[in-house]
Amino acid sequence: MAESTEKKGLLGSFLSLPNDNPKKTLFVAILLCLVCSILVSTAAVSLKPLQTSNKKDDIKRNILAVTGLSDQEGSLDELFSQFEVKLVDLDTGLYAHTDIDPVIYDQRKASADPMMSVELPGGQDIAGISRRANMAPVYLLTEGDTIKQVVLPVHGYGLWSTLYGFLALEGDFNTITGLRFYEHAETPGLGGEVDNPKWRAKWDGKKVFDEQGNVEIRVIRGYVDEKTANAEHKVDGLSGATLTSNGVTNLLQYWLGDHGFGPYLKNMRTELGK
Amino acid sequence: MASQAKTNVIDPLIDNNPITLQVLGICSALAVTTNMMASLIMCIALTTVTAFSGAFISAIRKHIPGNIRIIVQMTIIASLVIIVDQVLKAYAYEASKQLSVFVGLIITNCIVLGRAEAYAMKNPPLLSFLDGLGNGLGYSLILMSVAFFRELLGAGKLFGMTVIPVASEGGWYIPNGLMLLPPSAFFVIGLMIWAIRTWKKEQVEKPDYQIHQVHRTEVL
Repeated sequence: MAESTEKKGLLGSFLSLPNDNPKKTLFVAILLCLVCSILVSTAAVSLKPLQTSNKKDDIKRNILAVTGLSDQEGSLDELFSQFEVKLVDLDTGLYAHTDIDPVIYDQRKASADPMMSVELPGGQDIAGISRRANMAPVYLLTEGDTIKQVVLPVHGYGLWSTLYGFLALEGDFNTITGLRFYEHAETPGLGGEVDNPKWRAKWDGKKVFDEQGNVEIRVIRGYVDEKTANAEHKVDGLSGATLTSNGVTNLLQYWLGDHGFGPYLKNMRTELGK
Repeated sequence: MASQAKTNVIDPLIDNNPITLQVLGICSALAVTTNMMASLIMCIALTTVTAFSGAFISAIRKHIPGNIRIIVQMTIIASLVIIVDQVLKAYAYEASKQLSVFVGLIITNCIVLGRAEAYAMKNPPLLSFLDGLGNGLGYSLILMSVAFFRELLGAGKLFGMTVIPVASEGGWYIPNGLMLLPPSAFFVIGLMIWAIRTWKKEQVEKPDYQIHQVHRTEVL
Protein backbone atom coordinates (compact mmCIF):
# COMPACT_ATOMS: atom_id res chain seq x y z
CA MET A 1 0.00 0.00 0.00
CA ALA A 2 2.78 2.36 0.97
CA GLU A 3 4.57 1.54 -2.23
CA SER A 4 1.61 2.27 -4.46
CA THR A 5 1.08 5.62 -2.69
CA GLU A 6 4.57 6.63 -3.66
CA LYS A 7 4.12 5.67 -7.26
CA LYS A 8 0.78 7.33 -7.85
CA GLY A 9 1.24 10.38 -5.69
CA LEU A 10 -1.39 11.82 -3.40
CA LEU A 11 -4.09 12.27 -6.06
CA GLY A 12 -3.64 8.77 -7.41
CA SER A 13 -3.74 7.21 -3.97
CA PHE A 14 -7.09 8.85 -3.29
CA LEU A 15 -8.48 7.88 -6.67
CA SER A 16 -7.42 4.26 -6.24
CA LEU A 17 -9.49 3.96 -3.05
CA PRO A 18 -12.82 2.23 -3.45
CA ASN A 19 -15.65 4.64 -4.29
CA ASP A 20 -17.59 4.03 -1.07
CA ASN A 21 -14.61 4.83 1.14
CA PRO A 22 -15.53 7.87 3.30
CA LYS A 23 -12.11 9.43 2.69
CA LYS A 24 -12.60 9.26 -1.04
CA THR A 25 -16.15 10.58 -0.78
CA LEU A 26 -14.86 13.57 1.12
CA PHE A 27 -11.96 14.00 -1.29
CA VAL A 28 -14.16 13.90 -4.40
CA ALA A 29 -16.66 16.31 -2.84
CA ILE A 30 -14.00 18.84 -1.88
CA LEU A 31 -12.12 18.61 -5.17
CA LEU A 32 -15.30 18.97 -7.18
CA CYS A 33 -16.45 22.00 -5.20
CA LEU A 34 -13.05 23.56 -5.63
CA VAL A 35 -12.96 23.06 -9.40
CA CYS A 36 -16.56 24.20 -9.87
CA SER A 37 -16.16 27.29 -7.71
CA ILE A 38 -13.01 28.30 -9.59
CA LEU A 39 -14.82 27.94 -12.92
CA VAL A 40 -17.89 29.84 -11.76
CA SER A 41 -15.93 32.67 -10.18
CA THR A 42 -13.66 33.00 -13.22
CA ALA A 43 -16.69 33.35 -15.46
CA ALA A 44 -18.35 35.81 -13.09
CA VAL A 45 -15.27 38.01 -12.70
CA SER A 46 -14.19 38.03 -16.34
CA LEU A 47 -17.66 38.84 -17.65
CA LYS A 48 -18.37 41.52 -15.05
CA PRO A 49 -17.23 44.57 -17.12
CA LEU A 50 -19.48 43.60 -20.03
CA GLN A 51 -22.42 42.99 -17.73
CA THR A 52 -21.99 46.35 -16.01
CA SER A 53 -21.89 48.23 -19.29
CA ASN A 54 -25.00 46.33 -20.40
CA LYS A 55 -26.74 47.39 -17.22
CA LYS A 56 -25.76 51.04 -17.70
CA ASP A 57 -27.02 51.03 -21.28
CA ASP A 58 -30.20 49.41 -20.10
CA ILE A 59 -30.78 52.19 -17.57
CA LYS A 60 -30.23 54.81 -20.27
CA ARG A 61 -32.60 52.96 -22.57
CA ASN A 62 -35.23 52.88 -19.84
CA ILE A 63 -34.90 56.58 -19.12
CA LEU A 64 -35.38 57.26 -22.83
CA ALA A 65 -38.35 54.93 -22.97
CA VAL A 66 -40.10 56.35 -19.92
CA THR A 67 -39.95 59.84 -21.40
CA GLY A 68 -41.03 58.61 -24.82
CA LEU A 69 -37.78 59.60 -26.49
CA SER A 70 -36.74 56.13 -27.55
CA ASP A 71 -38.60 56.45 -30.86
CA GLN A 72 -36.23 59.18 -31.99
CA GLU A 73 -33.40 58.50 -34.39
CA GLY A 74 -29.86 58.40 -33.10
CA SER A 75 -27.53 56.31 -31.02
CA LEU A 76 -28.23 55.61 -27.38
CA ASP A 77 -25.55 57.97 -26.11
CA GLU A 78 -26.61 60.74 -28.48
CA LEU A 79 -30.18 60.55 -27.35
CA PHE A 80 -29.24 60.30 -23.73
CA SER A 81 -27.06 63.40 -23.98
CA GLN A 82 -30.27 65.45 -24.28
CA PHE A 83 -30.74 64.88 -20.58
CA GLU A 84 -29.13 67.02 -17.97
CA VAL A 85 -28.27 64.88 -14.96
CA LYS A 86 -28.23 66.59 -11.58
CA LEU A 87 -27.90 65.38 -8.03
CA VAL A 88 -30.58 66.36 -5.55
CA ASP A 89 -30.00 66.53 -1.83
CA LEU A 90 -33.12 64.73 -0.71
CA ASP A 91 -33.30 66.35 2.74
CA THR A 92 -33.21 69.93 1.52
CA GLY A 93 -34.72 69.32 -1.87
CA LEU A 94 -32.05 71.47 -3.51
CA TYR A 95 -29.46 70.54 -6.09
CA ALA A 96 -26.47 69.21 -4.21
CA HIS A 97 -23.12 70.95 -4.29
CA THR A 98 -20.64 68.13 -4.51
CA ASP A 99 -17.67 67.08 -6.53
CA ILE A 100 -19.36 63.85 -7.48
CA ASP A 101 -20.13 63.50 -11.14
CA PRO A 102 -23.90 62.92 -11.30
CA VAL A 103 -23.52 60.67 -14.34
CA ILE A 104 -21.21 58.30 -12.46
CA TYR A 105 -23.02 58.57 -9.10
CA ASP A 106 -24.44 55.19 -8.10
CA GLN A 107 -27.45 55.64 -5.88
CA ARG A 108 -27.64 51.96 -5.08
CA LYS A 109 -24.05 51.83 -3.88
CA ALA A 110 -24.57 55.03 -1.92
CA SER A 111 -27.55 53.57 -0.05
CA ALA A 112 -25.27 50.86 1.32
CA ASP A 113 -22.60 53.35 2.41
CA PRO A 114 -23.21 54.67 5.96
CA MET A 115 -21.47 57.93 5.08
CA MET A 116 -23.79 58.64 2.18
CA SER A 117 -27.10 57.31 3.41
CA VAL A 118 -29.42 57.17 6.39
CA GLU A 119 -31.15 54.27 8.01
CA LEU A 120 -34.90 54.63 7.88
CA PRO A 121 -36.94 54.18 11.06
CA GLY A 122 -39.67 51.56 10.71
CA GLY A 123 -42.59 53.94 10.40
CA GLN A 124 -40.94 55.95 7.65
CA ASP A 125 -39.84 53.00 5.60
CA ILE A 126 -43.09 52.30 3.75
CA ALA A 127 -41.23 51.25 0.60
CA GLY A 128 -39.25 48.57 2.45
CA ILE A 129 -35.83 49.83 1.40
CA SER A 130 -34.30 50.07 4.94
CA ARG A 131 -31.64 52.63 3.90
CA ARG A 132 -31.91 55.70 1.72
CA ALA A 133 -29.06 57.52 0.02
CA ASN A 134 -28.73 61.22 0.88
CA MET A 135 -28.60 62.16 -2.75
CA ALA A 136 -30.46 60.96 -5.80
CA PRO A 137 -29.94 61.78 -9.46
CA VAL A 138 -32.66 63.48 -11.50
CA TYR A 139 -32.69 63.54 -15.27
CA LEU A 140 -33.93 66.79 -16.72
CA LEU A 141 -35.12 67.29 -20.26
CA THR A 142 -35.06 71.01 -20.93
CA GLU A 143 -36.02 73.19 -23.85
CA GLY A 144 -34.48 76.63 -23.47
CA ASP A 145 -35.07 77.57 -19.87
CA THR A 146 -38.18 75.52 -19.27
CA ILE A 147 -38.08 71.99 -17.98
CA LYS A 148 -40.10 69.72 -20.25
CA GLN A 149 -39.77 66.49 -18.32
CA VAL A 150 -38.03 65.19 -15.25
CA VAL A 151 -37.18 61.55 -14.55
CA LEU A 152 -36.90 60.36 -10.95
CA PRO A 153 -35.37 57.04 -9.96
CA VAL A 154 -37.66 55.09 -7.60
CA HIS A 155 -37.42 51.75 -5.91
CA GLY A 156 -39.23 49.71 -3.31
CA TYR A 157 -40.22 46.24 -2.25
CA GLY A 158 -42.96 44.33 -4.06
CA LEU A 159 -43.75 40.73 -3.21
CA TRP A 160 -40.47 38.90 -3.84
CA SER A 161 -38.05 41.57 -4.81
CA THR A 162 -37.10 45.20 -4.85
CA LEU A 163 -38.47 46.89 -7.95
CA TYR A 164 -36.18 49.47 -9.51
CA GLY A 165 -37.66 51.91 -11.94
CA PHE A 166 -38.09 55.41 -13.24
CA LEU A 167 -40.97 57.82 -12.93
CA ALA A 168 -41.21 60.55 -15.53
CA LEU A 169 -43.09 63.75 -14.73
CA GLU A 170 -44.04 66.64 -16.95
CA GLY A 171 -42.58 70.10 -16.44
CA ASP A 172 -45.37 70.89 -13.96
CA PHE A 173 -43.82 68.31 -11.58
CA ASN A 174 -47.24 66.80 -11.09
CA THR A 175 -48.43 65.07 -14.25
CA ILE A 176 -46.98 61.62 -14.82
CA THR A 177 -45.80 60.76 -18.31
CA GLY A 178 -44.60 57.28 -17.53
CA LEU A 179 -43.55 54.70 -14.97
CA ARG A 180 -41.27 51.88 -15.92
CA PHE A 181 -39.38 49.27 -13.95
CA TYR A 182 -36.08 48.01 -15.27
CA GLU A 183 -35.29 45.47 -12.62
CA HIS A 184 -37.46 43.23 -10.48
CA ALA A 185 -38.10 39.56 -9.83
CA GLU A 186 -41.87 39.49 -9.42
CA THR A 187 -43.85 36.47 -10.60
CA PRO A 188 -44.01 36.44 -14.40
CA GLY A 189 -47.61 36.81 -15.53
CA LEU A 190 -48.81 38.23 -12.20
CA GLY A 191 -46.58 40.80 -10.50
CA GLY A 192 -44.35 40.67 -13.56
CA GLU A 193 -47.16 42.40 -15.42
CA VAL A 194 -45.67 45.69 -14.19
CA ASP A 195 -43.76 45.36 -17.46
CA ASN A 196 -46.93 45.02 -19.51
CA PRO A 197 -47.03 47.93 -22.01
CA LYS A 198 -50.81 48.19 -21.60
CA TRP A 199 -50.52 48.65 -17.86
CA ARG A 200 -47.60 51.05 -18.20
CA ALA A 201 -49.66 53.16 -20.59
CA LYS A 202 -52.27 53.68 -17.85
CA TRP A 203 -49.87 55.94 -15.95
CA ASP A 204 -49.71 58.54 -18.67
CA GLY A 205 -51.53 61.70 -17.59
CA LYS A 206 -52.16 60.72 -13.97
CA LYS A 207 -51.57 63.38 -11.35
CA VAL A 208 -49.34 62.90 -8.32
CA PHE A 209 -50.58 65.66 -5.97
CA ASP A 210 -54.04 66.76 -4.91
CA GLU A 211 -54.84 70.46 -4.40
CA GLN A 212 -53.39 70.47 -0.88
CA GLY A 213 -50.12 69.06 -2.16
CA ASN A 214 -50.58 65.59 -0.69
CA VAL A 215 -49.26 62.61 -2.60
CA GLU A 216 -52.46 61.00 -3.81
CA ILE A 217 -51.25 58.72 -6.59
CA ARG A 218 -51.97 55.05 -5.94
CA VAL A 219 -52.65 51.69 -7.51
CA ILE A 220 -56.11 50.55 -6.50
CA ARG A 221 -57.74 47.12 -6.55
CA GLY A 222 -59.66 46.42 -9.72
CA TYR A 223 -60.42 48.96 -12.39
CA VAL A 224 -60.57 52.71 -12.15
CA ASP A 225 -63.93 54.18 -13.03
CA GLU A 226 -63.12 57.39 -14.90
CA LYS A 227 -66.27 59.01 -13.54
CA THR A 228 -65.33 58.74 -9.88
CA ALA A 229 -63.67 61.59 -8.08
CA ASN A 230 -59.89 61.35 -7.89
CA ALA A 231 -59.74 59.02 -10.89
CA GLU A 232 -56.77 61.08 -12.02
CA HIS A 233 -54.83 59.85 -9.00
CA LYS A 234 -55.70 56.18 -9.41
CA VAL A 235 -54.31 53.42 -11.59
CA ASP A 236 -55.82 49.96 -12.21
CA GLY A 237 -54.45 47.22 -9.99
CA LEU A 238 -52.68 44.19 -11.42
CA SER A 239 -55.06 41.29 -11.11
CA GLY A 240 -53.64 38.47 -9.05
CA ALA A 241 -50.83 40.66 -7.82
CA THR A 242 -52.20 42.69 -4.92
CA LEU A 243 -48.91 42.72 -3.05
CA THR A 244 -46.92 43.92 -6.04
CA SER A 245 -49.57 46.59 -6.69
CA ASN A 246 -49.35 47.70 -3.06
CA GLY A 247 -45.59 47.73 -3.38
CA VAL A 248 -45.83 50.09 -6.34
CA THR A 249 -48.19 52.38 -4.40
CA ASN A 250 -45.87 52.35 -1.39
CA LEU A 251 -42.74 53.08 -3.32
CA LEU A 252 -44.40 55.98 -5.12
CA GLN A 253 -45.83 57.32 -1.86
CA TYR A 254 -42.38 57.10 -0.34
CA TRP A 255 -40.34 58.59 -3.15
CA LEU A 256 -42.79 61.39 -3.88
CA GLY A 257 -43.37 62.02 -0.18
CA ASP A 258 -41.50 64.12 2.39
CA HIS A 259 -38.62 61.68 2.82
CA GLY A 260 -38.07 61.13 -0.88
CA PHE A 261 -38.28 63.70 -3.64
CA GLY A 262 -41.10 65.58 -1.84
CA PRO A 263 -39.01 68.61 -0.78
CA TYR A 264 -37.43 68.82 -4.24
CA LEU A 265 -40.75 68.68 -6.02
CA LYS A 266 -42.17 71.27 -3.64
CA ASN A 267 -39.27 73.62 -4.35
CA MET A 268 -39.65 73.18 -8.07
CA ARG A 269 -43.41 73.73 -7.90
CA THR A 270 -43.07 76.91 -5.85
CA GLU A 271 -40.53 78.14 -8.34
CA LEU A 272 -42.98 77.47 -11.16
CA GLY A 273 -45.73 79.31 -9.30
CA LYS A 274 -43.69 82.50 -9.11
CA MET B 1 -19.40 3.40 -32.10
CA ALA B 2 -20.20 5.63 -35.05
CA SER B 3 -23.69 4.21 -35.37
CA GLN B 4 -24.18 4.51 -31.61
CA ALA B 5 -23.14 8.16 -31.81
CA LYS B 6 -25.64 8.75 -34.59
CA THR B 7 -28.45 7.07 -32.65
CA ASN B 8 -27.63 9.18 -29.61
CA VAL B 9 -28.22 12.36 -31.54
CA ILE B 10 -31.06 11.28 -33.83
CA ASP B 11 -33.08 9.06 -31.52
CA PRO B 12 -34.19 11.74 -29.01
CA LEU B 13 -35.51 13.98 -31.80
CA ILE B 14 -38.76 12.10 -32.41
CA ASP B 15 -38.51 8.43 -31.44
CA ASN B 16 -37.39 9.02 -27.88
CA ASN B 17 -38.16 12.69 -27.44
CA PRO B 18 -37.70 13.87 -23.85
CA ILE B 19 -40.82 16.03 -23.94
CA THR B 20 -43.33 14.15 -26.04
CA LEU B 21 -42.40 10.58 -25.09
CA GLN B 22 -40.90 10.89 -21.62
CA VAL B 23 -42.90 14.05 -20.78
CA LEU B 24 -39.96 15.67 -18.98
CA GLY B 25 -38.96 19.32 -18.85
CA ILE B 26 -42.52 20.55 -19.33
CA CYS B 27 -42.21 23.47 -16.90
CA SER B 28 -39.86 25.55 -19.01
CA ALA B 29 -41.71 24.50 -22.15
CA LEU B 30 -44.75 26.30 -20.73
CA ALA B 31 -42.90 29.32 -19.45
CA VAL B 32 -40.65 30.53 -22.22
CA THR B 33 -42.55 29.62 -25.37
CA THR B 34 -44.57 32.82 -25.75
CA ASN B 35 -42.07 34.03 -28.31
CA MET B 36 -39.60 32.27 -30.53
CA MET B 37 -36.57 34.40 -29.70
CA ALA B 38 -36.75 33.64 -25.98
CA SER B 39 -37.32 29.97 -26.76
CA LEU B 40 -34.31 29.85 -29.06
CA ILE B 41 -32.02 31.28 -26.38
CA MET B 42 -33.49 28.87 -23.84
CA CYS B 43 -32.93 25.93 -26.21
CA ILE B 44 -29.30 26.88 -26.82
CA ALA B 45 -28.74 27.28 -23.09
CA LEU B 46 -30.34 23.94 -22.22
CA THR B 47 -28.63 22.03 -25.03
CA THR B 48 -25.24 23.39 -23.98
CA VAL B 49 -25.82 22.45 -20.36
CA THR B 50 -27.14 18.95 -21.13
CA ALA B 51 -24.30 18.16 -23.53
CA PHE B 52 -21.46 19.43 -21.36
CA SER B 53 -22.83 18.13 -18.08
CA GLY B 54 -23.09 14.71 -19.74
CA ALA B 55 -19.47 14.88 -20.88
CA PHE B 56 -18.08 16.08 -17.54
CA ILE B 57 -20.10 13.69 -15.40
CA SER B 58 -19.16 10.82 -17.64
CA ALA B 59 -15.48 11.77 -17.48
CA ILE B 60 -15.42 11.35 -13.71
CA ARG B 61 -18.13 8.68 -13.51
CA LYS B 62 -15.75 5.99 -12.25
CA HIS B 63 -14.79 8.09 -9.26
CA ILE B 64 -18.20 9.38 -8.20
CA PRO B 65 -19.10 7.80 -4.85
CA GLY B 66 -22.55 6.24 -5.11
CA ASN B 67 -23.92 7.85 -1.97
CA ILE B 68 -23.23 11.43 -3.09
CA ARG B 69 -23.66 10.95 -6.83
CA ILE B 70 -26.79 13.09 -7.21
CA ILE B 71 -25.14 15.96 -5.37
CA VAL B 72 -22.03 15.61 -7.53
CA GLN B 73 -24.18 15.67 -10.68
CA MET B 74 -26.16 18.67 -9.43
CA THR B 75 -22.98 20.57 -8.57
CA ILE B 76 -21.64 20.11 -12.08
CA ILE B 77 -24.99 21.00 -13.66
CA ALA B 78 -25.45 24.04 -11.41
CA SER B 79 -21.96 25.34 -12.18
CA LEU B 80 -22.60 25.04 -15.90
CA VAL B 81 -25.94 26.78 -15.60
CA ILE B 82 -24.39 29.68 -13.69
CA ILE B 83 -21.70 30.03 -16.35
CA VAL B 84 -24.31 30.00 -19.13
CA ASP B 85 -26.36 32.57 -17.22
CA GLN B 86 -23.32 34.83 -16.81
CA VAL B 87 -22.48 34.55 -20.51
CA LEU B 88 -26.05 35.44 -21.46
CA LYS B 89 -26.01 38.45 -19.14
CA ALA B 90 -22.82 39.63 -20.85
CA TYR B 91 -23.65 38.93 -24.49
CA ALA B 92 -27.45 38.71 -24.72
CA TYR B 93 -28.64 41.08 -22.03
CA GLU B 94 -32.17 41.71 -23.32
CA ALA B 95 -32.84 38.02 -23.78
CA SER B 96 -31.46 37.17 -20.38
CA LYS B 97 -33.75 39.74 -18.81
CA GLN B 98 -36.70 38.22 -20.60
CA LEU B 99 -35.80 34.70 -19.54
CA SER B 100 -35.07 35.94 -16.01
CA VAL B 101 -35.31 33.01 -13.62
CA PHE B 102 -35.83 30.35 -16.26
CA VAL B 103 -32.17 30.07 -17.21
CA GLY B 104 -31.37 29.46 -13.55
CA LEU B 105 -34.16 26.90 -13.43
CA ILE B 106 -32.37 24.74 -16.02
CA ILE B 107 -30.68 23.32 -12.91
CA THR B 108 -33.96 21.70 -11.96
CA ASN B 109 -34.88 20.64 -15.50
CA CYS B 110 -35.57 16.93 -15.33
CA ILE B 111 -34.00 16.29 -18.75
CA VAL B 112 -30.54 17.38 -17.61
CA LEU B 113 -30.40 15.30 -14.45
CA GLY B 114 -32.28 12.50 -16.19
CA ARG B 115 -29.63 12.14 -18.89
CA ALA B 116 -26.82 12.44 -16.35
CA GLU B 117 -28.23 9.66 -14.19
CA ALA B 118 -29.52 7.44 -16.97
CA TYR B 119 -26.76 7.76 -19.53
CA ALA B 120 -23.65 9.71 -18.54
CA MET B 121 -23.06 7.62 -15.39
CA LYS B 122 -22.64 4.48 -17.50
CA ASN B 123 -21.14 5.62 -20.81
CA PRO B 124 -17.94 7.25 -22.06
CA PRO B 125 -17.68 11.06 -22.33
CA LEU B 126 -18.02 11.53 -26.09
CA LEU B 127 -21.13 9.40 -26.34
CA SER B 128 -22.59 11.12 -23.28
CA PHE B 129 -21.90 14.49 -24.86
CA LEU B 130 -23.75 13.41 -28.02
CA ASP B 131 -26.57 11.96 -25.96
CA GLY B 132 -26.93 15.28 -24.15
CA LEU B 133 -26.76 17.12 -27.45
CA GLY B 134 -29.46 14.90 -28.96
CA ASN B 135 -31.77 15.31 -26.00
CA GLY B 136 -31.19 19.03 -25.97
CA LEU B 137 -32.08 19.17 -29.66
CA GLY B 138 -35.17 17.04 -29.08
CA TYR B 139 -36.26 19.48 -26.39
CA SER B 140 -35.45 22.38 -28.73
CA LEU B 141 -37.47 20.89 -31.58
CA ILE B 142 -40.60 20.73 -29.44
CA LEU B 143 -40.00 24.09 -27.80
CA MET B 144 -39.52 25.86 -31.10
CA SER B 145 -42.65 24.26 -32.58
CA VAL B 146 -44.72 25.23 -29.55
CA ALA B 147 -43.31 28.75 -29.66
CA PHE B 148 -44.05 28.94 -33.39
CA PHE B 149 -47.76 28.29 -32.84
CA ARG B 150 -48.03 30.39 -29.71
CA GLU B 151 -46.32 33.45 -31.12
CA LEU B 152 -48.00 33.18 -34.51
CA LEU B 153 -51.53 32.67 -33.18
CA GLY B 154 -51.11 34.74 -30.04
CA ALA B 155 -49.39 37.80 -31.43
CA GLY B 156 -49.33 37.34 -35.22
CA LYS B 157 -45.54 37.45 -35.15
CA LEU B 158 -42.54 35.20 -35.64
CA PHE B 159 -39.24 36.13 -33.99
CA GLY B 160 -40.85 39.47 -33.17
CA MET B 161 -41.63 40.26 -36.81
CA THR B 162 -45.18 40.73 -37.90
CA VAL B 163 -46.38 37.90 -40.12
CA ILE B 164 -50.12 38.33 -39.78
CA PRO B 165 -51.22 41.95 -39.33
CA VAL B 166 -53.12 42.14 -36.05
CA ALA B 167 -56.50 43.88 -35.81
CA SER B 168 -55.37 46.32 -33.10
CA GLU B 169 -52.70 47.58 -35.50
CA GLY B 170 -54.97 47.88 -38.50
CA GLY B 171 -54.75 44.31 -39.81
CA TRP B 172 -57.41 41.64 -40.03
CA TYR B 173 -56.25 39.05 -37.52
CA ILE B 174 -57.73 39.08 -34.02
CA PRO B 175 -55.05 37.35 -31.93
CA ASN B 176 -55.98 34.53 -29.63
CA GLY B 177 -54.92 35.82 -26.21
CA LEU B 178 -55.10 32.35 -24.70
CA MET B 179 -52.08 31.36 -26.78
CA LEU B 180 -49.94 33.73 -24.74
CA LEU B 181 -51.02 32.20 -21.44
CA PRO B 182 -49.29 29.11 -20.00
CA PRO B 183 -52.23 26.67 -20.43
CA SER B 184 -52.04 26.96 -24.21
CA ALA B 185 -48.60 25.32 -24.15
CA PHE B 186 -50.26 22.31 -22.51
CA PHE B 187 -52.79 22.16 -25.31
CA VAL B 188 -50.17 22.51 -28.04
CA ILE B 189 -47.87 19.91 -26.47
CA GLY B 190 -50.85 17.60 -25.93
CA LEU B 191 -51.87 17.90 -29.57
CA MET B 192 -48.28 17.27 -30.65
CA ILE B 193 -48.05 14.13 -28.53
CA TRP B 194 -51.32 12.96 -30.06
CA ALA B 195 -50.04 13.63 -33.58
CA ILE B 196 -46.70 11.91 -32.98
CA ARG B 197 -48.33 8.86 -31.40
CA THR B 198 -50.76 8.56 -34.26
CA TRP B 199 -47.81 8.62 -36.65
CA LYS B 200 -45.57 6.35 -34.54
CA LYS B 201 -47.88 3.79 -32.99
CA GLU B 202 -45.10 2.15 -30.96
CA GLN B 203 -44.99 5.21 -28.69
CA VAL B 204 -48.48 4.53 -27.41
CA GLU B 205 -48.23 3.25 -23.85
CA LYS B 206 -49.93 0.08 -22.75
CA PRO B 207 -52.86 0.76 -20.46
CA ASP B 208 -51.99 0.39 -16.78
CA TYR B 209 -54.75 -2.13 -16.25
CA GLN B 210 -57.37 -3.80 -18.31
CA ILE B 211 -60.95 -4.44 -17.36
CA HIS B 212 -61.32 -8.17 -17.13
CA GLN B 213 -64.21 -9.57 -19.06
CA VAL B 214 -66.35 -11.44 -16.61
CA HIS B 215 -68.63 -14.15 -17.86
CA ARG B 216 -72.04 -14.44 -16.33
CA THR B 217 -71.35 -18.01 -15.35
CA GLU B 218 -68.28 -16.98 -13.33
CA VAL B 219 -70.29 -14.58 -11.18
CA LEU B 220 -72.86 -17.18 -10.47
